Amino acid sequence: MHMADALLSPVVGGAMWAGTLGTIIYCAKKLKEKMDERMIPLMGVLGAFIFAGQMINFTIPGTGSSGHLGGGMLLAILLGPYAAFLVISSVLIIQALFFADGGLLGLGANIWNLGIYPCFIGYPLIYRMLVRGAKSDKKIMLASLISVVAGLQLGAFSVILETKLSGITELPFSAFVALMQPIHLAIGLVEGFITAGIVIYVRNIRPDIVEDLHGVKVLSSGGSMKKALITLAILAVITGGAFSWFASTYPDGLKWSIEKIYGKPEIPEKVNPVTENLSEIQKKTAILPDYSFPSQGGQEEEKPSWPAVDPGTSLSGLLGGLMVLGLVVIFGLGIKMIRKLGKRHVL
Amino acid sequence: MSFDLEYFNLGYLDTLSYKNTFVHRLDPRIKILVSFTFIFFVVSFPKYELSGLMPFFIYPVFLLTAGDIPLRAIAKKVLFISPFAIFVGIFNPLFDTDVLITIFGIPVSGGWISFISIIVKFILTVSTALLLIAVTSFPGICEALERLKLPGIFVVQLLFLYRYLFVLLEETLKILRAREAKSFGKKGKEVKTFIRIISVLLLRSVDRAERIYRAMLSRGFRGEIRVLKTHRLRLQDVFFAAFSVIIFYIFRNFNLVSFIGENLKSSFR
Repeated sequence: MHMADALLSPVVGGAMWAGTLGTIIYCAKKLKEKMDERMIPLMGVLGAFIFAGQMINFTIPGTGSSGHLGGGMLLAILLGPYAAFLVISSVLIIQALFFADGGLLGLGANIWNLGIYPCFIGYPLIYRMLVRGAKSDKKIMLASLISVVAGLQLGAFSVILETKLSGITELPFSAFVALMQPIHLAIGLVEGFITAGIVIYVRNIRPDIVEDLHGVKVLSSGGSMKKALITLAILAVITGGAFSWFASTYPDGLKWSIEKIYGKPEIPEKVNPVTENLSEIQKKTAILPDYSFPSQGGQEEEKPSWPAVDPGTSLSGLLGGLMVLGLVVIFGLGIKMIRKLGKRHVL
Repeated sequence: MSFDLEYFNLGYLDTLSYKNTFVHRLDPRIKILVSFTFIFFVVSFPKYELSGLMPFFIYPVFLLTAGDIPLRAIAKKVLFISPFAIFVGIFNPLFDTDVLITIFGIPVSGGWISFISIIVKFILTVSTALLLIAVTSFPGICEALERLKLPGIFVVQLLFLYRYLFVLLEETLKILRAREAKSFGKKGKEVKTFIRIISVLLLRSVDRAERIYRAMLSRGFRGEIRVLKTHRLRLQDVFFAAFSVIIFYIFRNFNLVSFIGENLKSSFR
């Protein structure tokens, strides 16, 4: 369920990056406050473990197809929310760079979808609440199942929202939900079962790793729930603010949801001096021509997409496109030639 | 297992990243920022845009050729992935059936155009991400992240992760080989067995982290690791950045493709 660059609009991708970067900085600050030096190598090695663990496949019961570990919730249980969020981010960064899973712009959204929910909702609000007090295998199993499923459902729903807000797919919202949520319910059940299995197994051999709240997980103890809630609230406000600001500046990203709410593409206009000024500035500095602000009052018709798609220009578009591709290939071959000649000169 | 091996073939991109060419020598910060700008410009095109995206191929092609990266290494990886982009995009032709243009008498619906546009954007952005790491070593990226003011703890554990990735991958390969040797067919891949195997790997990893920590202490670790800074911003870095951004701007704002196309069409007449 890695989000891809090609499905994101710059606005949504940028907003998700802002939220993710903010959380990374916040988590690093929290970690530094109560720094346990052992954490640094542990975080790095557990991140590598998640990668390596994903190489080991297993047969999904009842289907015959094979699956592998996701690991977000497991990291949260082993490391506590702050460290786990940083490790999940790192794993996703390496996946984005080396495997191009998702791409660079989508990375912000991916870290958010796969990191925030297990670390700041699933673990503190569900898992820890359920395994409180005397721990038993049954409790751990139940808590893992519920928290992993909840985290994945929220993540999948975020993917849907991000894709729809970007306005690139035609897939209707309800169909998208009907496709994504059940798949991730199944994935969540398997992942939750495995997470519980690992935690139970490890607890029998090295209880300190999963239980010692004063050692490895000192960070997650004491009022973490309150803090997590506050963090989430702040982040929600920031992200919401960013979204609504962008929404007023760039109509087409949120047009879909606005249409749903108001039944028409524009919000009933209120003249706001700030947005007016912003739109003026934007007109003057527009780098991306199609994201210009429609004139106040919504009088102006939506600009045709650039270049206007109509039969008259499509042939020239096709010819020109092929020509440009040809030029790019020639450019590449040229650089290769220059490189070869350069090497010969060195020799 | 061949897919997994292909997928986890990290080492190859890592080897490529230590070449010494013009693009490899550029400041990693510049390369990260220019690549982000590039992706930003590419995804900013509206969903029916196709021809305007073509000139943007010049950036990955430049990184590929000037960085002396084999085309196959990148193309294979681009082809390997992307089920999600295709999964989401393939519905466009089903739901958006208005005929937008007719090419040589064949009507083409808006859905197909937006689907192909998604695929082209996908190829552009994904190949750029792969090429970024192929022309910048991972420690280089980490150095850049630190100098772009990301938190020190984050960067240091990222470096740790990368370093131990290769160690743990080899250990896992040994475990997998043992599993293959001791089981037949589908046996040995049950969830129950999997949980035991991965738990043992986890325990070993934690042990390793503890050993590493003790080794670090004995070498004078006091809770801080300095990231090696090897790059300095030079004139050619600034030049490269400015030149790239100007070119992206021109490609995005001036319709070069239809200009060339119009001229071609009129010269045919």
